[in-house]
Parts: sequence; C-alpha cells; structure tokens
Amino acid sequence: MGYDPANPMVDRITDIGPPHFEQFFPPVVKKNYGKWLYHEITQPGVLMHKSETGDECWTVRVGAARLISIELIREMCDIADAHCDGYLRWTTRNNVEFMVDSKAKVQPLLDELASRGNKFPVGGTGAGVTNIVHTQGWVHCHTPATDASGVVKAVMDEIFDYFTSMTLPAQVRVALACCLNMCGAVHASDIAILGVHRKPPMIDHDAITGLCELPLAIASCPLGAVKPVKATNSKGEEVKSVKVNADRCMFCGNCYTMCPAMPLADPEGDGIAILVGGKVSNSRSMPKFSKLVIPFLPNTTPRWPETVAAVKNILEVYAKDARKYERVGEWAERIGWEKFFEKTGIPFTIKSVDDYRLAYDTWRTSTQFKFTSHIK
Amino acid sequence: MPKHETPLLDELEKGPWPSFVTDLKRQAETKPECWDILGQLELSFKDRITHWKHGGIVGVFGYGGGIVGRYSDSPKEFPGVAHFHTVRLNQPSSKFYGTKKLREICDLWEKYGSGMTNMHGSTGDLVLLGTTTPNLEPLFYDLTHDLNMDLGGSGSNLRTPACCLGKARCEWSCIDTQALCHHLTMHYQDEIHRPAFPYKFKFKMSGCPNDCVAAIARSDFAVIGTWRDDIRMDQDAVKGYINGDFPANGGSHAGRDWGKFNIKKEVLDLCPTNCMWMEGDELKIDNSECTRCMHCINVMPRALRPGADQGATICVGAKAPILDGAQFATMTIPFLKIDPETEFEAVIEVIEKIWDWWMEVGKNRERVGETIMRVGLPTFLKVMEVDIIPQHVREPRSNPYVFWQDEEVPGGFERDVIEFRKKHAQ
Repeated sequence: MGYDPANPMVDRITDIGPPHFEQFFPPVVKKNYGKWLYHEITQPGVLMHKSETGDECWTVRVGAARLISIELIREMCDIADAHCDGYLRWTTRNNVEFMVDSKAKVQPLLDELASRGNKFPVGGTGAGVTNIVHTQGWVHCHTPATDASGVVKAVMDEIFDYFTSMTLPAQVRVALACCLNMCGAVHASDIAILGVHRKPPMIDHDAITGLCELPLAIASCPLGAVKPVKATNSKGEEVKSVKVNADRCMFCGNCYTMCPAMPLADPEGDGIAILVGGKVSNSRSMPKFSKLVIPFLPNTTPRWPETVAAVKNILEVYAKDARKYERVGEWAERIGWEKFFEKTGIPFTIKSVDDYRLAYDTWRTSTQFKFTSHIK
Repeated sequence: MPKHETPLLDELEKGPWPSFVTDLKRQAETKPECWDILGQLELSFKDRITHWKHGGIVGVFGYGGGIVGRYSDSPKEFPGVAHFHTVRLNQPSSKFYGTKKLREICDLWEKYGSGMTNMHGSTGDLVLLGTTTPNLEPLFYDLTHDLNMDLGGSGSNLRTPACCLGKARCEWSCIDTQALCHHLTMHYQDEIHRPAFPYKFKFKMSGCPNDCVAAIARSDFAVIGTWRDDIRMDQDAVKGYINGDFPANGGSHAGRDWGKFNIKKEVLDLCPTNCMWMEGDELKIDNSECTRCMHCINVMPRALRPGADQGATICVGAKAPILDGAQFATMTIPFLKIDPETEFEAVIEVIEKIWDWWMEVGKNRERVGETIMRVGLPTFLKVMEVDIIPQHVREPRSNPYVFWQDEEVPGGFERDVIEFRKKHAQ
C-alpha cells in the first residue's frame, strides 16, 4: 500500500478539501455557536465570552513565531490535552489560543504556560501591540529585500511590553513584508516594515533567451522601463534580451519575479522602508492605506537596530500623543502629517512625495497647513 | 548533516519573544536538515541577501498548484536544503484544531519533511516548510488517504479561502463565516487545484465590519457581515457603562488610566455620522443615519449589539501594489442575505458573474481589481447586473469626461456634416 510511482493515478484521492471545522470545536464553542452575548478582556491575553445560555468560554492568547517546529506544535498539543479537552486554535495574526470553559481553569493553564520559559508569552489582546504578520524572508523566498523572521524577532523583543500590556490609545497592528509584493498586510497596517531594493536589475544575457518569456518581463514593469533589445552574450553571440532604463526603474523587482535572468538583490542597496497609518477595520474611519514615512533603513543583521528604533519611536510618540481609540492613521490625519513628522522627529524627504500616476491627489492643494520646524 | 556555526543567528536566541532560532535548533536534534536551514540563513545574514534560486516548478499529478518549489543556490554547502519545497495544506475554517489531527500532521511531516512549519501562511494555509521532490507524491498519498486532508492553492487560481472565527466565539458575527468559507472551498475544489484564471483570486469572509480577517484589504472577493435594521440596545447596560460597572471596550484599555468612562467623549463624539445622543440617561440612535462602523458596539459590547436582520456587504477587487498600485475592495453589493439553507446560492451567483466576465476580459496576470480599473466601475457594475446607487461611490466624479452610448442620445451618433453646413457656414 501507499503511493505507487509506476501507477501514479491509481488510488489517487483529490478534491476532498479541508477537514470540516466543526469537528475541532471545543464543546463549549460547539454548544454556544452563534449564541454569544458579550465578551471581556479580564487581563492582557485573557478573554471571556459569555453566552446567552450562561456558559463562559475563557481564552488565553499566546504569541508565536509563526515559523515553528513540529516539536513545538506537539508541546502545544500536550498543553491543550492537559487543559483544554484537546482543542486549540490559531488567530488571523498567528497567535495561538487555548480555550477553557470556566474561570477556575484559567490560572492552572497560565501557570503551565509560564512554566515553559519564554515559549508561550500571554498577551496580544486589547489596546496593545499584537503579533507581527510577516512573510518568508531569507528562510524560503527568492525575491526578498530583507529577512522576515529575524526582523520580527528583533522588533518584538524591543516592544515586548506592549504585547503583554494594554496601555496604548488603540490596538497597533505591525506587519512586515520582505518585498513590495506585500504578501500579507503591509499596505494596511498601523506600522509596516517593508523590504525595498535600490538598484536596477542586472541582465544575464547568457541565460535570458532560454529562461524567460521576454514579453512577460516587459509587461511586468509598472513604469515601462523594460524594453526588448538585441544584446551580446559572453560568447560574443547576438541574443534576444531586454534593457532596463535605469532612470525609469524604481526597483520593484517584478521583472525578476517573471524572469530569473534579471536578479536585483544587493547587500548594500537593499533594506527597509517604514510605512504608517493603515487600517482595515471600518470602525470610525474608513480603511486606510499605510503611507511611506521612512524611505530607507539598512539591513543591519542580526538585529536591525535602526528599524527597531524607528518602530519604537513611532509607537512611543503615538502612545503619548494620540487620543483614546485613535489608530495611528487617525491620529496622523487629525494632527496633520507635517505634525506627525515634527513630533516623531522623522526627517521628511522627497522620497515620501508620491510621483506615481494618481500622485496629484496626495499633494496639498490648500492653504491649510501648520507652521512647523520644517518651514524656515 | 553537520551543525554549522551561527554566531549571527545565535543573537536572536536572546530576548523575551519566542525565538525561531532556538526552536529550529531544538528541531535539528531529530531532523538534522534543520542545521542546514540555519546554516544557509546564517549565510544570508552574513551576506545580507537571499540564497534561494529563482522559482521552482514542482507538484503532484492531477493538480496545477499547492506546492511552492524552492532550491538552494548553495546545495553543496547545505545539502539538507538543496530541495526545500513548501507544501500548502488547506486549513480548517478559522483554524480550530483537535490535537489528534495536529499530531497526525506532525507525524506526517516528521516522516516526509524538515519538521518546520508556518502556522499559518498569510492566506490561511497550514504551511509545511521544506521537503524534497521525491517525497511530494508519497506525502500527498498519506495526506489524502490517512489524514483526510487536501492541499491548498497556489498559482493563477482560486487560492485557499479564509475567514474570521465568526459565530464560533464572537457576539458580533452577522454571518456564518466558517460555514460559508467551508462550503465555497468544497464547491470550488476544481478552481483551487487547477489554475484556470488570468491570475490569482482570493475569497475572505469577516463576520462584521471590524474585518478580523482583513477581507477588504486582502481578498479579490470580500464578504463582510452587516445588518440593515436597528442596533439592539440594552438601556440598563448603557447605564452600567456610565456608572462604571462594566469596562469600556471590553477592558481593552485597562492598562492605562484614561479617566472615568465618558459616553459623550468616547462614543457620541466619535460616531462618524453623529447619529447618537442622550435623552436623560437613555441612549438614542438614529439608525437611518448609522453607517454600521462598529465603534459604539465595540466600546459597549454588553449594551449594544448588531441588528437582527443580518447579511453581508460584498466588496470586490482588493490587491497589493503590483502592478498598478494597492487597492482596497470596492463596495459592489450593499446587502446580501447569506443563507446556509440554500447552500449559499446567492453568493455563488455573484462569484460566477465575476468569474465569467473576468476569465474572458482579464489580461494575463491582471487581478480583478485592475480589470475593474481598466474597464471602469460603471462597466463592471453593469456586468454584475446590480442597480447603480450612490453607495457605489465615495463621491461623484469631478471631471466631465462622461461616456454616453448612441442609443442614449436622441437622434444617435450618425450625423451628416453637409446637413450641418446648410445652417452653419465654415
């Protein structure tokens, strides 16, 4: 039995989809499905949901590195077996939630989690910083301009106290993407860490003809910087290739995604941009895109001190200045972006001025502005 | 596979946040290829550049996606990651698990893979990180035969749908997000496993406008729960909040002294439409002016609840920046009943209208949001056969470059310039 390579289509099962979710519900969830009345966060990382049946579901949320081993998953299973009838879940921000059906069961669970060193930090609820949604980085991807897991660990270490407390004006969502494909939530997060390149691609004329569909590479450029040319390879042969107009290239890397013969990663050129002020919820204001406020910080391995300091600074100025319930973007728009730059001490550079297609809508067509230190 | 020196990564074992490096080292004790994951990552930290080759096309027979191929650019140095393919498993809706199933997955991955995972990928899949090409078919065989699980999506197809936890443990969910997510996933297995689209297409469902799965930002087809009657109010509980018996926002701000709860400052004045007021100690809402943003409900969960006439708003076309810039999803259908009894046929009808059109009209690697931008929202709304209403725009256009069809204008477009000249000399 098992897979037979000589008869690959024999006994093949397909299109069965995921297991049905209901079989994994803890009994208290199954019984009270759709009957919940209200909830409360009783301490950082601990939620209580009250049902119209009178039942309570107590949830303990713990941070996780997202990139985790099966040994760690098995350890989580041990905890869930001992305390939670063998059930647990993951959140949309890659935290883990352990659920019990009475208050009395919460403290033993918290004690068990605390007994395992720093593997299971409890938090991520309410007006704090929760887990950083992030990507593959140098652990698995071929197009990154920075790492994901390393930067996230460095940042979370520094702002860890905000994970285990609820002291901010509102929840702050931090996200990271290692290139501007923005897998995940970088374009709509309170604070976003984005891997960026700063050098145009190199063209491998020896490989491009056989490796790439040139029209795809040409069509992949948002600015029309890639055009077809006849080039000479290292053997002196004339080959069909492409040319990149460096003046029009803004280093997005999409041509490399389409064509392996156009690599652009570079240790000195690559680094991180910081964007702020995005949100997805409709609460109070409409969803917002994050805006670029720091165009470049270097990839200083292994702990990215410049990026860590930038995130912490934005967080602390926001925490001090914003009103209750105000998300980072709501705060920045209320005080005005000129005040955002002044208060955070972030130098405003020409790189933050939009010059892509619909850019005009982002310029200030008004006499309404505040006099800040920027006006000499 | 021997252990490598990892002085840079060792620095990431320090600090309070759970360390992926410590975890990798622990896994390496039983899965030595993890030493090569660490070794190559250390090299990337030293060189400040990725060491994965471009692309990689692998998979299982019968499917056109589900596995992301990856090869090391330094396979001699790191033979354990020479092949390092990622297998996407379709997760159960909203990621509840039983430990028995999780242990089965761990055992399967111990047998065939590196022992490392992503719990979970951004789209929702349970990601098994790192295996070799020869292991893919045996893994898939055991996955389907023994674990009764399937792969997720990758490529130009319907990607793995995902949802918030909905009615399972939230009092605000206006739709059965998990049932809808599971039903659509099962209904569209063919579209998930065999790429037939111009580009990728994603479904996400959130139970309310708080949008905990970020459907409006991260899916081509976003189903977001809402209601169309009055917010349900418990005036005694409102008094409870005013008296300080209940913590505002469920206790979200308990870590800092924000003063005594002030309903005017924290609720009435922050309402985006100013449709709330107090009459004595009674809270009043002009529901006809309410845009259902959730703020008042979020702040006073014991006193206010979404209305009872529930359904969803359908928004279409969110995407990340490449190629033409990031987009949020555009409101297309203001209110749709989400009915499990009819097997969600109303939702399926909407999806198929979009697909029938986009599969014909969409250019190669053009997300549906970009197709809508290219042809225009008016054309898209006509295709969708929805009544065009003011809710479709944030504001009316300000430029006067308006298209008319010739049948809309008396006399049509065909005219004779000679007739025109009889009355108007050149």
